[in-house]
Amino acid sequence: MDPTRLITTTEAIDPVFMFIFGACLVLLLGITTAMIYFVVRYHRSRAPQPTSTSDGNLWLEIVWTAFPTLLVMAMFWYGWAGYLKLRDIPKGAMEVTATARMWTWSFSYANGRTSPKLYVPVGMPVKVKLVSQDVIHGFFLPAFRVKRDVVPGMDNFAWFVADKAGTYDLFCSQYCGTNHSAMISTVEALPEAEFAAWLGGGAGGGTAAAGLDGKKLAQEKGCLGCHSLDGSPGVGPSFKGIMGRSEVVLTKGVERSITVDKEYLRRSILEPQADVVKGFQPIMPAFGDLKKEELEALVEFLGVQK
Amino acid sequence: MIPAQHPQTSFWNDTGKTGIASWIFSTDHKRIGLLYFYSTFGFFLVGVLLGLLLRLELMAPGRTIMGAATYNAVFTVHGVTMIFLFILPGLPGGFGNLIMPIQVGARDVAFPRLNLLSWWLYIIGAAIVLVSLFTGGGPPDTGWTFYVPFSARTGTNVTLAVFGVFIIGFSAILTGLNFITTIHRLRAVGMTWGRLPLFTWSLYATAWVQVLATPILAITLALIMAERTLGTGLFDPTRGGDPIMFQHLFWIYSHPAVYIMILPAMGVVSDIIPVFSRKPIFGYKMIAFSSLAIAAAGSLVWGHHMYTSGMSDTAVLVFSFLTFIVAIPSAIKVFNWVSTLYKGSISLEAPMLFALSFILLFSIGGLSGLILGAAATDVHVHDTHFVVGHFHYVMFGGTGFAFFAAMHYWLPKFYGRRYAEKPAIVAWALMFTGFNILYFTMQVLGMQGMPRRYYDYLPEFATLNLVSTIGSWILAVGLVIMLVNLFRGLWWGAPFTGNPWGGASLEWSIPTPPPTENFLEEPVVTHGPYEFASLKNDGTV
Repeated sequence: MDPTRLITTTEAIDPVFMFIFGACLVLLLGITTAMIYFVVRYHRSRAPQPTSTSDGNLWLEIVWTAFPTLLVMAMFWYGWAGYLKLRDIPKGAMEVTATARMWTWSFSYANGRTSPKLYVPVGMPVKVKLVSQDVIHGFFLPAFRVKRDVVPGMDNFAWFVADKAGTYDLFCSQYCGTNHSAMISTVEALPEAEFAAWLGGGAGGGTAAAGLDGKKLAQEKGCLGCHSLDGSPGVGPSFKGIMGRSEVVLTKGVERSITVDKEYLRRSILEPQADVVKGFQPIMPAFGDLKKEELEALVEFLGVQK
Repeated sequence: MIPAQHPQTSFWNDTGKTGIASWIFSTDHKRIGLLYFYSTFGFFLVGVLLGLLLRLELMAPGRTIMGAATYNAVFTVHGVTMIFLFILPGLPGGFGNLIMPIQVGARDVAFPRLNLLSWWLYIIGAAIVLVSLFTGGGPPDTGWTFYVPFSARTGTNVTLAVFGVFIIGFSAILTGLNFITTIHRLRAVGMTWGRLPLFTWSLYATAWVQVLATPILAITLALIMAERTLGTGLFDPTRGGDPIMFQHLFWIYSHPAVYIMILPAMGVVSDIIPVFSRKPIFGYKMIAFSSLAIAAAGSLVWGHHMYTSGMSDTAVLVFSFLTFIVAIPSAIKVFNWVSTLYKGSISLEAPMLFALSFILLFSIGGLSGLILGAAATDVHVHDTHFVVGHFHYVMFGGTGFAFFAAMHYWLPKFYGRRYAEKPAIVAWALMFTGFNILYFTMQVLGMQGMPRRYYDYLPEFATLNLVSTIGSWILAVGLVIMLVNLFRGLWWGAPFTGNPWGGASLEWSIPTPPPTENFLEEPVVTHGPYEFASLKNDGTV
C-alpha cells in the first residue's frame, strides 16, 4: 500500500469493530457453551445430587478478574486510538459548512455556493464545520463511520474522505422533533474535475446563479418539509392560497386577526416567532441568513400558490 | 381480595382495616410490595402495548398506522413509562419490599409509614404523568432523555410530565433510605453481613445509588421546568447557556439509574441459580463485592453517552476508560453464576429458565456495550438502532427476564398457590425466541446505520425492520401465555406450601403465605443463605 495514501475514516474504525466483535464472539460462545454443557451434564435426571459443595476458588477469581481487565484495557486503548483519527484532520482538507435546522441540511462552500446535498471531490479530505440554527442535530455518515452532534452555539466539526465516487447516505442522528427522520440528505462524491465544474456553478446549477427559482428555493431551504403546497395539514400552515388569507395570529401572546400580505410573509420568514399562526407551535427557525433576492423570490413564489 | 383460604395469621387476613383501605393505607411491607408490584406491572403492560405500536409503525417504510408527531409522542411515552414507572421502582419497590425484610429476618422495614408514603409519592407522580398525556399541548415528544434546547421549545406538555417524574424521584430516595436503614439495623440475630442473601446485597448497593443519584435527577428536571416556565436560559447558548451542560446533568443521574435497574435483577438471579442447582453460590463475596463496585464505578461513567456531543477529547478518554472498568465486575458476576452450575443438580423449572436466559441476554447486552464503550466504534453506532437493541438486551433481556424469574419464584410464596409448569415453559420459549428476533435485528440495523427515533426509514432497512416486528409479535404471544398462566395459577392454581424448591434463605423457613409479622417466633440465623446441606429431609430449613 502506498504509505502516503490517506487512511480513510472507515479504514481507521473498522479494525476496531473487528477486534471487539471478535473478542465478544469468543467470550459469548465460551459462556454459552459452558452453560449449555453444565445444564445438560448436571441436569437433575443425570445428577440427582450435587457432586460438589464448592463455594469459590480464589485462583479462578483472580484469573477471571485479571483476564477481562487486560482484555477491556486493550479494547479501550484501541478504541481511543481509532477515535483520535476521527479528530485529526488531514492537512489540506477542504472546508464545508453544514447548517442544520429543523429539518433540513444546507452545505455552503468557500466560494459562496450552497447546496442541499454535500458534494465532495473523490480523494480530497473534507472538513465539515457543523452549525445549528435551532436545536441539537446529528451529522451522521454511516458509510464513513463518522458522526458528530450539531450543537447550537458550539464549534463542532467532522472530517471524512470519499475514496470512491458515489452517493452515500447522510442522516440526522440526534432527535430533533417531528420530521427528524426526514432530515436526510446525501454525500455526492464526484471525480475531481466534475466536482470543480459543479463548484464553479454552471447555469441552473443552484441558487448562487441569478434568476432564482422560488419553488426550488422553497425545496432547498426546507420550507416544504413543514408547509404543504396542496393544502394538506403539516407542521406549519399550508402555502396553498396563503396570499390574502385571513389568519388569527399570536403576537407576543395576544391574539389578533391579520390578512397575509408580502410584508407579513417577509417578516414571518425572517422572524418566525413574531406572529405565530394560531394552532401551530412556535418552532420555525429564523431564516435571517437569506440573501435579499432569495427572500423576494420566496415571497414571489408564495404569492402565486392558489 | 383473598385468593385462597389462608390461616388467620396470614397477611391476607390479619389486618385492622377492611376493603381497599386495608391495602392503600397498609404499612405492611408485603401489602406495599404487592401494591408496587401491581402498579408497576400495570405500567409495564402499557409500555409493552406502546412498544408493539412502535414496531407496527416501523413494519414498513412510510406511514403504516400513525403520523410522525404521534410516533414521536409514543416512543417518548413508551420510554418514560418503562423507565420511570416500571423498571426503576419495579424490582426494589415490588420484590424488594416483599422479600428483603424477610430475608434479613425482620418484621418489617425500618420505617413502615415512610414506606407507604413512598408508594403514594410514586402513584401521585404516575398520575401526574398520565394527566400530562391528555392535557395542555398533548403528550411530550422529546424522548425520555428530554434533551434541550428541543425540550425547552416544544409546545407539548413537557413541564407537567417532568413534574410527575420529579415527584417519583422522591419515592425512590425514600425507598433507598428505608432499605439502607433496614439492612443495617434490623438484621436478625446471627444474620451477619456474610450471611445476607445476594438479592438483599444487591438491593443494598441499589439503595445507595437511589439515595445519592436521584437528587441530581430532581435538580435537572427542576431546571427544565424553570427553563420552560421562567425562561431562565441556562441551557440556551444565545443567552450564555450551554445545552451540553444539560446532558451532563441528565446522565449523572440517568447512567447510575441503569444500575438501579440492573443490580436488583442480578440479585434475583444470584438467589435463584443456587437453589435450582442445589449448590452454594460460587464466589459469594465476589458477587456481593462486585455489586458495590458496579454501584460505585457506575456513578462515574455518565459521559459515555456523549462521545459525539462535542465535549472535549480528554473527557472522552476518561469516560471511555472508566466505562471499561465497570465491565470487569459485571464479567466477574457472569463467570461466578456459570461456575455455580458446575457439578450441581440442575432442575430446569420456570424460574431457572428465566434466570439462565438472563445470563445469556445480559451477556449479549453487556458485550455489545463494549462496542459502545470504545470511543472509535461508539461514534458509528451512537444514536442508532444498535443502542436501542443494546439497551433492550440489558434492560428487558436483563432486568425484564429477571423480573419474570422473580414472579415465578416468589409470588407463589405470597399467594399459597402456583402456576402450571408446562405453559410457563412454553411461554418462556416463545418470549426468548421472539426477544432475540426483535432486538438482535435492531443491533444489525444499527450497524448498517439506521438512526434511532426514526419514524420513517430508507428502503434498504425494510427487510430487517419487518423481521424485528414479527419478533415483537412472538414475544407478545409468549407474554400473554405467561401472564394468563401465572395469574390464573396464583388465584386458582394448585396449593403451594412448604419449600418445594429447597431454598435455604429465610423466606423459605416461614409459613406460606407469610404471617403479618413474617416470623412466628424471632429467628436466629445459624447458616448462610445457600447452605442447602442444612435443609431437613422434608425441605424445611
